[in-house]
Amino acid sequence: MSETHVLAEGATLNSFGHDPWWIIGLKALVVFVFLLLTVLITVWAERRIIGRMQLRPGPNRAGPFGILQALFDGIKGALKEDIVPRGVDKVVFFLAPILAAAPAMVSFSVIPWGGVVSIGGHKTPLQLADLPVAVLLPLAMASIGVYGFVLAGWSSMSPYALLGGLRSSAQVISYEIAMGLSFVAVFLFSGTLSTSEIVAAQAHGTAFKVAGMTLHTPSWYAVLLLPSFIIYIFTMMGESGRIPFDLPEGEGELVAGYHTEYSSLKFMMFYLAEYVNMTTLSALCTTLFLGGYRAPWPITWFWSGANSGWWPVLWFLIKIWMFTFFFIWLRAALPRVRYDQLMKLGWKVLIPVSLGWILFVSVVRALRNEHHDVGPIMIVAAIIVVLLLIASFLWERVSASEAQPEEAEAAAEQDPMAGGFPVPPLDAPHYHGVGNGRAPNSAEATRA
Amino acid sequence: MTRRSITRQYPEVQPDLPPRSRGVIALFEENCTVCMLCARECPDWCIYIDSHKETLPAPTGGRARTRNVLDRFAIDFALCMYCGICIEACPFDALFWSPEFEYAEYDIAELTHERERLREWMWTVPPPPAHDPGAEPPKELKAR
Amino acid sequence: MSTERIVGVGAGTKDLATEDMTLNIGPQHPSTHGVLRLRITLDGERITAAEPIIGYMHRGAEKLFEVRDYRQIIVLANRHDWLSAFASELGVVLAVERMLGMEVPVRAVWARTLLAELNRVLNHLMFLGSYPLEVGAITPIFYSFREREQVQRVMEEISGGRLHYMFNRVGGLKEELPAGWLGRVTDAVAAVRHGVGDIDRLIRGNEIFRARTRGVGVLTREQIEQYGVSGPIARASGVDFDLRRDEPYLAYGELQDVLRVVTRTEGDCLARFECLLDQVHASLDLADACVARLKELPPGPINVRLPKVLKVPEGHTYAWTENPLGINGYYLVSHGEKTPWRLKLRSASFNNIQVLREMLPGHLVADMIAILGSMFFVVGDIDK
Repeated sequence: MSETHVLAEGATLNSFGHDPWWIIGLKALVVFVFLLLTVLITVWAERRIIGRMQLRPGPNRAGPFGILQALFDGIKGALKEDIVPRGVDKVVFFLAPILAAAPAMVSFSVIPWGGVVSIGGHKTPLQLADLPVAVLLPLAMASIGVYGFVLAGWSSMSPYALLGGLRSSAQVISYEIAMGLSFVAVFLFSGTLSTSEIVAAQAHGTAFKVAGMTLHTPSWYAVLLLPSFIIYIFTMMGESGRIPFDLPEGEGELVAGYHTEYSSLKFMMFYLAEYVNMTTLSALCTTLFLGGYRAPWPITWFWSGANSGWWPVLWFLIKIWMFTFFFIWLRAALPRVRYDQLMKLGWKVLIPVSLGWILFVSVVRALRNEHHDVGPIMIVAAIIVVLLLIASFLWERVSASEAQPEEAEAAAEQDPMAGGFPVPPLDAPHYHGVGNGRAPNSAEATRA
Repeated sequence: MTRRSITRQYPEVQPDLPPRSRGVIALFEENCTVCMLCARECPDWCIYIDSHKETLPAPTGGRARTRNVLDRFAIDFALCMYCGICIEACPFDALFWSPEFEYAEYDIAELTHERERLREWMWTVPPPPAHDPGAEPPKELKAR
Repeated sequence: MSTERIVGVGAGTKDLATEDMTLNIGPQHPSTHGVLRLRITLDGERITAAEPIIGYMHRGAEKLFEVRDYRQIIVLANRHDWLSAFASELGVVLAVERMLGMEVPVRAVWARTLLAELNRVLNHLMFLGSYPLEVGAITPIFYSFREREQVQRVMEEISGGRLHYMFNRVGGLKEELPAGWLGRVTDAVAAVRHGVGDIDRLIRGNEIFRARTRGVGVLTREQIEQYGVSGPIARASGVDFDLRRDEPYLAYGELQDVLRVVTRTEGDCLARFECLLDQVHASLDLADACVARLKELPPGPINVRLPKVLKVPEGHTYAWTENPLGINGYYLVSHGEKTPWRLKLRSASFNNIQVLREMLPGHLVADMIAILGSMFFVVGDIDK
């Protein structure tokens, strides 16, 4: 694989801003249509895949393999009666779904889905827009999207919707912090916030010497910055509001959360927003951690042209679909966490861990910039991490075994079969007007 | 995910129901003597029976006989609880269970089925299953 | 989903005072599976008071019993708890048989025991699927329904019904066992034993599920005894009481070496779930033992010929059975008529649900779902 060839195909910030208006319009249209189509296919794929996991065929009536099911459901949903409950704040009620769906779409504009190609004689990168701070755009848009959920919950004038809206705002805000932090390590390594350049930076690993051998660090940040990647996966689940983090709309508790009172097209907008978000988050992850549109390693090894022309779009789609499948898989497999557990994970685990990790990454980075040997530091850090893991594992074991004996004692107090017949205690405090203690505080109980 | 789905594709593939399956009540009206036992025993009175008396011409050297003639026999399946007491109560074996189940209607009033329809279901009544070896022989055989 | 009132949500009205919010969960709410209504008072998301409001599905079962003969009562009796229809029928016929001093044929006794245990498996599988569903795991219910289907096929083959079996009669069972049925029961039991493992692996070891249920909704022994809670819920709190062992009816007296009463001591949602899961295995073992015994028994009748009009002598009796969800009792008072003078129904869920008032306060709304799901109730059984 020749270096010059590949670099020539990759886009950088300089490649932007030279397109004629019709190419920009075309690209915007393609992004929009792509997202809508992806939503349709994702909905269908989700139902088919979950169906298979649940021993049933899934939708199989509309079109071959039921592929038109999502389309028909969309049409049906949009044509249903639009119910606006009495007492809602009409303007906000109407605005909320738009506010939820539009930002989800905008985020996708900074995602590169291919290198530089030639359209109608113009050389143009396959990306709608790029900025020096492009990665911040999805973060900002996610924050605006939350307004949609909160306002939907607030304007519905329903306690379920209100609780759902509150939960959603708290959840997205706290997970966004951890998500932003997980990006920092990527920025430190790539030295840029532009999405196209982050992809370019993942083209090749840097070489370093260990025991006389020249090794290349892995080019994908998912491998190189594994903790960041894992934190991102968690926050991605949290941001998307899907199982196991689908608390804003946890149907067992809040009926449907913030969109309880919505129907027809407005409801479809929320639905659309959820699936577009899923795609955008997958695409962002692909870009930042999985080398973007670049072909994965074994392919580039025997096929040097894998990163040229229109081929990168294929790799990009494959990577996105891997994540989508992951989302679907989790939904089929996991139950829902509780709200305080979700917050605990966000604030007490993800944020401190990512802060510590950033500290470590920046130290390593700084030392490397000054040409120090980072090998010993790596080893020490690895030992500390392993020790911490063992300690936490032991701690759990000890605290679990401590809790056991007390409960066993309490159970052995009274013989229910006194005299061969089941006898209830006739002298319970209940009969003297003494109430029992309330149920224990659940937060305390789970800590035990 | 690698295992096959166990869903049965109903309209294309008919379910294989056991013979005792309580799908619908069929009427073998030739056996019915209009004794009204079924209608009286029914816990929610969903059987409607109308009849009139008919005098048979006297056979040579005998008296004229009267007998009951069935005018209407209808079961309101919207009310029916599918308990099968009518079938048990019938002393003349005129009522049978059939596993047939495809008689859904759009209107609840149309679930009252008259004797013609009930008679047609008679064709779907399967023979009863053989009994367990530990069972006593059925009383029809013992009586022989 | 109706809202009674929302009082000062958030702050800002007067002196930044926050007030409690009253929320009606139900009668139509996805987590109550049925029309149970809970009026809860919330402080933020924490429940400060809870009151179950029942009766939306009251059908006057006890009053209807009084104007039906005993065969017709069986129709009604299997309908209050639609998930344990066979076990509920059983209570009625046991009471009537006791009043009549009737000797039930041996084969009928063993077949009834077998069917009662299969019914228990069906009931438990339902809750083993629906409980994870309520805490958000959507897959286990399909696995549990696959197993239910296996058992339901054999139940349908013998009784003709899939839910309301209507197969008990005073003095035995309605019909003989079909030929080869016992073999198919053995197959179904083996398949279910294998399949329950899937649910076990998918849920019991799941960290999220454990975090949601461990230590949540702890019921104490004292509360259980005060409120008359019974069944797997009571046994999960260490109340080791099971009528099958402690006051054997049917053939349970002879099954004591197979019968295993599953208990837990923690009394939380997880313990209740585990109790149910292990009880399925215990019931499958019992079913196998019943099949083995039925195959050995000498040929004989399966029911007793009854007079055309069945009249129960004057007197009264109380028959209670260990229904899948708890103790199900019938207090039968007869004045020698062909209908009972009074037939009091003590249903398991009615008593079990009352303790919610004490369990819920202090928990979060999300815990309420976990607790409601783990109380394993059938609304028909509450409202009768």
